[in-house]
Amino acid sequence: MLIKKPADLRYSETTPKSVYMNRRKFLASVPAAALAGRELLSPSRGLATTKLPDLVKSPLSTDEKQNTLDQVTHYNNYYEFGTQKDQPAKYAANFKTDPWTVSVEGEVEKKRKFSMDEILKLAPLEERIYRHRCVERWSIVVPWIGYSLSALLKAVGPTSKAKYVAFETYWDLKQMPMATPERSGLQYPYVEGLRLDEAMHPLALLCVGMFGETLPPQDGAPVRLVVPWKYGFKSIKSIVKIKLVTSEPPTTWNISNAHEYGFYSNVNPNVDHPRWSQAKETRLPSPFANRPTQIFNGYGDQVASLYAGMDLKKNY
Amino acid sequence: MLRNRWTKVLVFLLCLAPLGWMVARALGFGGGQTIIAIQGGKVTFNGGIEDALGNLTANPLEYVTHFTGDWTVRFIVFTLAVTPLRKLLHLPDLIRFRKMIGLFAFFYGCLHLSTWLFLDKLFDPAGMLQGMLKDVVKRPFITAGSAALLAMLPLAITSTTGWIRRLGGKRWQRLHRLVYFSGIAAVVHYYWLVKSDVRLPLMYGAMVAVLLAYRMGAWLISRSAKPAQKRTVPAVT
Ligand code: HEM
Repeated sequence: MLIKKPADLRYSETTPKSVYMNRRKFLASVPAAALAGRELLSPSRGLATTKLPDLVKSPLSTDEKQNTLDQVTHYNNYYEFGTQKDQPAKYAANFKTDPWTVSVEGEVEKKRKFSMDEILKLAPLEERIYRHRCVERWSIVVPWIGYSLSALLKAVGPTSKAKYVAFETYWDLKQMPMATPERSGLQYPYVEGLRLDEAMHPLALLCVGMFGETLPPQDGAPVRLVVPWKYGFKSIKSIVKIKLVTSEPPTTWNISNAHEYGFYSNVNPNVDHPRWSQAKETRLPSPFANRPTQIFNGYGDQVASLYAGMDLKKNY
Repeated sequence: MLRNRWTKVLVFLLCLAPLGWMVARALGFGGGQTIIAIQGGKVTFNGGIEDALGNLTANPLEYVTHFTGDWTVRFIVFTLAVTPLRKLLHLPDLIRFRKMIGLFAFFYGCLHLSTWLFLDKLFDPAGMLQGMLKDVVKRPFITAGSAALLAMLPLAITSTTGWIRRLGGKRWQRLHRLVYFSGIAAVVHYYWLVKSDVRLPLMYGAMVAVLLAYRMGAWLISRSAKPAQKRTVPAVT
């Protein structure tokens, strides 16, 4: 079994040899001229990501053993790039994320379009190591980079009518040929939502990177949400639109199957998915579903008060 | 060529190839950490079972469960296809492989079942039986899968020539029509377990439907032909 160590990871531990090796192979196959582009290959890995300097270590981080970059970039649910876990790594490889703008609109004082540069500079970037729990019963630990979503929302000023926040993922059939209902069973563009107080909670992360660098495309580049107390599909990827609204917005998995995926989708061992139990989870890469699932994914101390008095079985 | 003794060996190895491919991947052939190295006739191990599983994606048990499930349903389809192919291609000797292919379907099904036991249940031996029964009753996709595999058990047991003799050809044949039930239950199992992408379950469903329709068609034709035969028989006596 895995031996849990404190998270004082050395770089060689987070970057498995195969990635170094792949990178070498990759570099050998690419003419030097192609590498002279604006987005240089990260010196440490085979991914087209860039280093994010001056990261603040967050007190909100867990000290559990982190998963490796290789695991987190080769096992993805990103249906726009295919419904099999190994497909996003292949089919998102050339996803174009520059230029990129995020439009913030709806019930706000100052509607605004943010460029990626503006988003990167809006608040100090923190490294936050969170547990991430998928509705499919697996969990991982990822060193995300970003800042509280509340920083962005405060910058635009929600009006008193704003009660919910609706998010939308980029959608482009040219780059995402699998993103049709026929090919993946979901409607596009992918949409998600939070209650305004959930979105303003400090744990809700506007995420621009992981493992010290910008996000790889298969993990939701260039900017995504990370809501660590909810099932992974709430943490919407590649955001292009954030709209503050007055009533509960539609969400993609709920549209696909309302009976199985609720608006809240808080991690909860006591509310089973209709097709499988949520009582236990598998901490990858362990093969056993032997970890008791924690209510709110272990973030109950911070977020349980958001749901005081609510029936969590009804509001699943 | 189909009658050659070695053809049977070849088909056997082909049936085993998917498992071999997975084991090779686990051992690090084709990327990842090299678990086993053979050099100058010497075999060295550079890792344990954890590392080997680690070569099978970040979620090794999901990978093995899906891999073995995929090959179970494929082998069921292969088994169902033998008789139509014999007739359509005029290759009666294909019958030599039907039993083996069917047994391989059962074999991959058993591997598939054991991954489920391993994943969910083995770490908790005390609650294992209860947990299994609860799943079978409460989770329709597990119910369907269990029905599919359970129906294959009597077929695997009675697959020998001894059992054909004991049961008599007619009764044996009737029993072995259960394989269609397995095929349908397997497709239902698959359809019920996917989250939103139903393309593959529908594809296997279509294949089972076509093969079943072929047999039904053949049966209807032979039934309408039979009364004529029957009438001629008494005329001879
Ligand atoms: C003839 C019998 C069976 C066939 C043909 C079959 C086939 C399959 C297939 C095709 C898959 C999906 C693979 C994929 O997504 O790539 C699957 C998944 C699965 N099967 Fe079966 N299966 C059978 C019996 C069983 C039994 C008896 C059990 C357990 C009691 C079982 C438990 C599972 C589980 C847990 C999964 C994974 C579900 C998930 O990923 O959410 N299956 N099976």
